[in-house]
Amino acid sequence: MPTVAPLDLDGHCIAAVFLGGVPHFALADGAIHRLDHGHKTLRVHDGLLSATLDLTKSRLITGGEDGKVCSSAGETSEILAEAGRKWITSVASGPQGAVAYATGRTAFVRFADGKTREFQHPRSVEGLAFSPKGMRFAVARYNGVTLHFPATEGKPAELEWAGAHTAVTFSPDGNFVVTAMQENALHGWKLADGKHMRMTGYPAKVKSLSWSAKGKWLASSGSPGAVVWPFQAKDGPMGKAPLELGTRGDAMVTCVACHPTQDVTAIGYNDGMIMAVRFADTKEVLLRRPGKGAVTAMMWDDEERRIVFGSDAGDCGVVDISG
Amino acid sequence: MSEAQTQIPVTVLTGYLGAGKTTLLNRILSENHGKRYAVIVNEFGEIGIDNDLIVESDEEIYEMNNGCVCCTVRGDLIRVVEGLMRRPGRFDAIVVETTGLADPAPVAQTFFMDDDVRSKTKLDAVVALVDAKHLPLRLKDSREAEDQIAFADVVVLNKTDLVTPDELRAVEATVRAINPSAKIHRTQRSGVDLTEVLDRGAFDLKRALDNDPHFLDGDGDHAHGDHGHGDQGHHDHAHASPIHDISVKSVSLRGGEMDPKKFFPWIEKITQMEGPNILRLKGIIALKDDPERYVLQGVHMLIEGDHQRRWKDNEKHESRLVFIGRDLDADRLTRSFEACQATA
Repeated sequence: MPTVAPLDLDGHCIAAVFLGGVPHFALADGAIHRLDHGHKTLRVHDGLLSATLDLTKSRLITGGEDGKVCSSAGETSEILAEAGRKWITSVASGPQGAVAYATGRTAFVRFADGKTREFQHPRSVEGLAFSPKGMRFAVARYNGVTLHFPATEGKPAELEWAGAHTAVTFSPDGNFVVTAMQENALHGWKLADGKHMRMTGYPAKVKSLSWSAKGKWLASSGSPGAVVWPFQAKDGPMGKAPLELGTRGDAMVTCVACHPTQDVTAIGYNDGMIMAVRFADTKEVLLRRPGKGAVTAMMWDDEERRIVFGSDAGDCGVVDISG
Repeated sequence: MSEAQTQIPVTVLTGYLGAGKTTLLNRILSENHGKRYAVIVNEFGEIGIDNDLIVESDEEIYEMNNGCVCCTVRGDLIRVVEGLMRRPGRFDAIVVETTGLADPAPVAQTFFMDDDVRSKTKLDAVVALVDAKHLPLRLKDSREAEDQIAFADVVVLNKTDLVTPDELRAVEATVRAINPSAKIHRTQRSGVDLTEVLDRGAFDLKRALDNDPHFLDGDGDHAHGDHGHGDQGHHDHAHASPIHDISVKSVSLRGGEMDPKKFFPWIEKITQMEGPNILRLKGIIALKDDPERYVLQGVHMLIEGDHQRRWKDNEKHESRLVFIGRDLDADRLTRSFEACQATA
């Protein structure tokens, strides 16, 4: 039986991650809590807006209402950049310690040596993502995505699709770019030929995306069940129906987190319930009963045994599935 | 969990450059009114107050992908409101300041169209600041000044000390001609009583009607007590404006009890077809065999309606509907509206 070690905090959880195996919870008020031989807290921002794990899974990169970009783990936090009074609305981490962040219509890439490049856009930068290999990063914006090559002076590539794109992700093999949109849909591009992929039919906005092991599937929130699109074929999910897992009549999926190696996803709902569901036979396992708020963040640990989670009401914790 | 309890009211502040928005904002931020406001501005600029709750945001107009050109939202507001609402308890209400040239529609529509914003906040009122001295000029050279007045629930007619009583009457008549249902306050140096602009519930038609039982009454001259400074002048009836630079007009419709099977398809069709031309619409509808008053309002193509309260025993079952917009065919609207009346 799975067991839950709860951590009741006060506030909206933006990110719940394992850093070196230690559960960390980043809250909107700017504090990062952790369960490291007891509950400990580090104040990082005055208002935390965005967070991402670095690629080595050892530090949490955060952006704040205070205009700061920070890199934190355990007791230490380092300010990577400051942008005055403007909100840091999005952060992303890339290879070789690179960090991207955005404020208003400007995206910045900070390399590990501290050198920073600035990329202006005609419209607001809504989402950021680095490609898994090489130095390329994507900016989600109104009417599409801009792909930059920050290490070179190359001209950016533009992927166009009408509408507001609010978040972006690369498939782990780097062949696809997928965005979440202001309307209830995802949009994708196959980078080799620019082919479009429309993924629609969601009753709500998609706020959580997670690639399964080896990028074979893309799980998403925004529906009463997790909507999982097949990406095994060379044209991605085109012409194929998605899986719908863990569908409940009375709840909406707000967060998804795929298992690191198996075709299984953890699904968090707006009432705080968490389930794990296997793709092959849709077998469901209840991991956590409903709580106080909607699940906003989840992550598996490397041992594939624990899931750290957070909610918009602050009732966070760690699920141990081995019991 | 009651959403009504947690919805934060949002006031939208419009007005041309120099109309006095910054002065009003500074008052909202500094006066001791017992409430805390988060303020979303386009530029920190002249707001001389250091406050964590002032957020700078680039106006981002996003067209929705539904084929309707008037269905626009403010993308930046969605993000900022979402961010602010993750830390509730810091403020009691939100004020959104728009740039002088801004179209108020996308701001208002954001609070109708985005589910997240809508679940956590509610549009309280659109307040337009108008420079009494320069309005005639503004109306000559821009459409936005007119849109802002047409859209407003409250018009603060500012800088009244810079014009003569005759000029003031003419300016007020112009405002009234553009928007017969807005509440007008005459002021100097943005000195309006803050309770007259904040927490009005103007988009909550039930409350708007409770606050103002004569809402939508009369023949377009919606007489309110003036809150001016010693100026007792009664404003003129608004049918004749000395200014010819107005392209917005209002069409006031009045009828008896409506047949719901005719009325709802009609209002649906009118807003679908005329949406881009309709800036605001407001109405109180008497539906046949319905013991309650039905109130509705709209912004372009978006309409919302609800039952308000039971008709009182001595109250006349009458339907009233006001459209404010451009290129509205008053005759056709009148005819088709009247055709929706229930046959006795």
